[in-house]
Amino acid sequence: MKRFFVFFSALCLVLAALPAMAVQPVKIGMITTLSTKAGYLGEEIRDGFQLAIDMENGRLGGIPVKLLVGDDGRKPENGRRLAERFIQKDHVKILTGLVFSNVAMAVVPKVVRQGIFVISPNAGPSRLAGKGCNKNYFNVSWQTDNLSEVIGQYATEQGYRNVFIIAPNYIAGKDNVAGFKRYYKGKVAGELYTTLGQADYAAEIAALRSAAPDAVYFFLPGGMGINFLKQYAQSGLSRDIPLMGPAATDERLLHAVGAAALGVINSSQWCVDFHTPANERFVTAFIKKYGRTPTLFASQGYDAARLIGSALAAVKGDMSRTDDFRRALEKADFTSVRGTFRFGPNHFPIQDFYVRRVMAAKDGGYTNRMLKKVFNDHIDAYVGQCKM
Amino acid sequence: MLVFEQILNGLQLGVMLFLMSAGLTLVFGIMRVINLAHGSFYMIGAYVAATVTARTGSFLLGVAAALPAAALTGMLVEFLILRRLYHRDHLDQVLATFGLIFFFNELIRMIWGRSPLFMEVPTRLAGSVELFGGLQYPVYRLAIILVGILVALFLYLLFSRTRLGMRIRAGATNREMIGALGVNIPLLYTLIFGLGTLLAGLAGVMAGPLFAVEAGMGDSVLILTFVVIVIGGIGSVRGAFIGAVLVGLVDTLARAFLPELFRLLLASPSSADRMGAALASMSVYIFMALVLSVKPAGLFPARE
Amino acid sequence: MEVKKYILPTAILCLGLLLPQLLDFFGLQYLLSLATRALIYGLAASSLNLILGYGGLVSLGHAVFMGIGGYTAGILLYHIQAGSRILGLLLPGSFWNSALIAWPLAIVLAALFALVTGLISLRTRGMHFIMITLAFAQMVYFFFTSLDAYGGSDGISLYGRNTLPGLDLDNDQVFYYLCLVILLIVLFLMHRILQARFGRAFIAGRENIVRLQALGIAPLGYQLSAYCLSGAVAGLAGALLVNQGEFVSPDILHWTRSGELMVMVLVGGMARLFGPVLGAVVLLFLEEYLAMYTDHWMVIFGPFLILVVLFGRSGLYGLLFEKGERS
Repeated sequence: MKRFFVFFSALCLVLAALPAMAVQPVKIGMITTLSTKAGYLGEEIRDGFQLAIDMENGRLGGIPVKLLVGDDGRKPENGRRLAERFIQKDHVKILTGLVFSNVAMAVVPKVVRQGIFVISPNAGPSRLAGKGCNKNYFNVSWQTDNLSEVIGQYATEQGYRNVFIIAPNYIAGKDNVAGFKRYYKGKVAGELYTTLGQADYAAEIAALRSAAPDAVYFFLPGGMGINFLKQYAQSGLSRDIPLMGPAATDERLLHAVGAAALGVINSSQWCVDFHTPANERFVTAFIKKYGRTPTLFASQGYDAARLIGSALAAVKGDMSRTDDFRRALEKADFTSVRGTFRFGPNHFPIQDFYVRRVMAAKDGGYTNRMLKKVFNDHIDAYVGQCKM
Repeated sequence: MLVFEQILNGLQLGVMLFLMSAGLTLVFGIMRVINLAHGSFYMIGAYVAATVTARTGSFLLGVAAALPAAALTGMLVEFLILRRLYHRDHLDQVLATFGLIFFFNELIRMIWGRSPLFMEVPTRLAGSVELFGGLQYPVYRLAIILVGILVALFLYLLFSRTRLGMRIRAGATNREMIGALGVNIPLLYTLIFGLGTLLAGLAGVMAGPLFAVEAGMGDSVLILTFVVIVIGGIGSVRGAFIGAVLVGLVDTLARAFLPELFRLLLASPSSADRMGAALASMSVYIFMALVLSVKPAGLFPARE
Repeated sequence: MEVKKYILPTAILCLGLLLPQLLDFFGLQYLLSLATRALIYGLAASSLNLILGYGGLVSLGHAVFMGIGGYTAGILLYHIQAGSRILGLLLPGSFWNSALIAWPLAIVLAALFALVTGLISLRTRGMHFIMITLAFAQMVYFFFTSLDAYGGSDGISLYGRNTLPGLDLDNDQVFYYLCLVILLIVLFLMHRILQARFGRAFIAGRENIVRLQALGIAPLGYQLSAYCLSGAVAGLAGALLVNQGEFVSPDILHWTRSGELMVMVLVGGMARLFGPVLGAVVLLFLEEYLAMYTDHWMVIFGPFLILVVLFGRSGLYGLLFEKGERS
């Protein structure tokens, strides 16, 4: 009788627990850029994010999740449209995936006011780090200027006295140049702003040659960087004047540039050859699943997922506990593949930054190798303007 | 010296644009069809060349594969779609070929993935040579100038000296009559279209080692190409050549010297740099608007 | 026959009027802002239809007017919300924030731009006209891209919409109805204009300029007026779009946007009053749904467009509503 009672109570408990266990998975909306020339960036972020989910068999932080992915085509309006669908139709409380700051500026200010959390795996424009910061917006990558600040500091440490600057004529270009100049103490040999999406750089390279600088700082993301690197190598200048810049040398682009990128100095908060258990696990699993070396964007997607997982675990998947969820995110209680990671008061990372150099890889391709650490516990320049 | 080098750069960009515009203006001049998808054939040329070159290690084989690929795709498109649009107005042609751009960009992305492809300068054309006065210039860019001039020469001879060229010109002026003389007009048109897309493919191959080989690479060059043929006078190959060189020069020289000019004019160097750059981006469009406001049909209108 | 002709438009009008309630009923509220955008694009496409469909002027730079209208409204809103000065002037909010100020201003500036560029572009024909309209659009695009004070390429995010006495424009349903009413008014006016002597002379210009000149009518004046009118309406659409999205960036006048407007006109039905609106609705919803099923939706959309061009000369409107009466 007593045993029956115990058995019965146990059964009741299990039955009572069943509905709780069969909870709806937490939906996460990913607004990212999968089409256009920059589509590979969204692909990297999505794959990194999905990998984190797959490694937990469909869960993040032990909580079942469902990832909804939409392509914004790098258009602000599409980003807004996707946000509306995710929020109003799928009742998503967490948005992620944003690659470009123009899409982020259209999406983030509006949705965070509706109480939606945005965990950005890439886009970190200065306005969201400073005056426009919001308690519901978190960035797991870097503020746009950061990577150029690293190059600026590196140029100063290397003792370059006369650096030539080249960047596209748009907001991110301007921000990056500002970031570089913030830490670079030498003279500027020349400064050129190019058209966004420009293909031919002959005129710029000629101007650069005649300015005879010690080094070149270039910020030309995506295909622009490929164009520039190829043409720079052909001009024969790469033998004499070193190139350094925050973009255009991720593993996907290196594959397209080849030997022309050898020796280029670039900056990152992460490098594929970090020997931490968390990173080795990530890199191995990524290569096994997708058959290619992850880029820093994939690492950011993966970290974004792991951060969300840590906060989901803290609230046990109950997204109505908004304040607890936010506090858990602020704690950033997860092991980032980049090593130490915590959030500053504006919800941008405080982290170490490194410079990397493009080298030949064992498999005949090209990859980035860690060169040296430049910043310890670095945060962005806008944190002071953030009143949260 | 710098000025001379920049002029050479402008010339080279112009020749590159000529390779693109020659095919486009040819097709427009003869068939009266606007082909917005011209850039897609440029992209196909570059992709096929990059793939074959990577597999075989030979740039020449890459060229040999890319040109027929661009020409055949072009002829297929002409056969399936464009020949139905010759008698329609320009709007229909613009929209159908706009649809083709979407289709080809996405198709390329599906076949080759989202990463740009690798293509390098063939070893024999790598490095730079010293021109007079210590001016170092990349051999490959000189090669492009050479190829462009050869193509211009080839087109000139084709039209003025061969039977085929005669028929093409006759077909353009009076379609019915040349048809009555027993010339197979549809076939002739398909061939011309193939020639046009072959030239676009050639431009793509030549661009491969210089530019990123990526889906959508044709779109940005497409607009410049249209600017060229509109300035040159639509349908005129000679106009395309001169238009291309002018656009190349205007674009390059504006990029090279406008920022410095603004630095002289404005007090704040940083706003001068950025305003100069913005104006340099607009320079070719401003140039086009100026040309068209003086000569509404372009510099060398082909007919009418 | 006459009665039958009005059944479908009436049904569609009712659908338009009841749409917010229907969406609520089926739990599809998220589609309301898409529907609002479809109306706004319908307005812009209709303005293009005026010059393209009725006037035969193929413009590949029409989004530039949306851009000018949109930036006018956006910049005003931005300054009022930030409480900062425009050209050294401090604009007190309540007055300048009114849609009755901002939108007419957007219309006027867009029309002025149309006047200036039209004087140059309308001298050209066909392909040249296509390219010169594109050129002007590109110039303005690069201008706004380098306009750092207003976010440059990233654009500006706004906090709320213009105000209109008696209406709460921040309410999405109210905004939807406002757009619907504006669209209907504009279409009605357009209809009246096209029926009038002005419209008939303008349409005749599409068919035969020489004959028109022989009749002693100079087509340029008509074309220029129509071009300004068209630009003005597109400017209004731009102001509405910026209000709807509470955001403005150079993306609003990218040349592909002009291409999309052309696609809407053609898919919907050229030179048909309701065609472009239908085209806008179909296109926006098609994109929403195709993109949900595949990343590679362009590979389906491209051929769809080609098929419409090849076989659907009269657009969807002609296909659906003009059975047997096609000329």
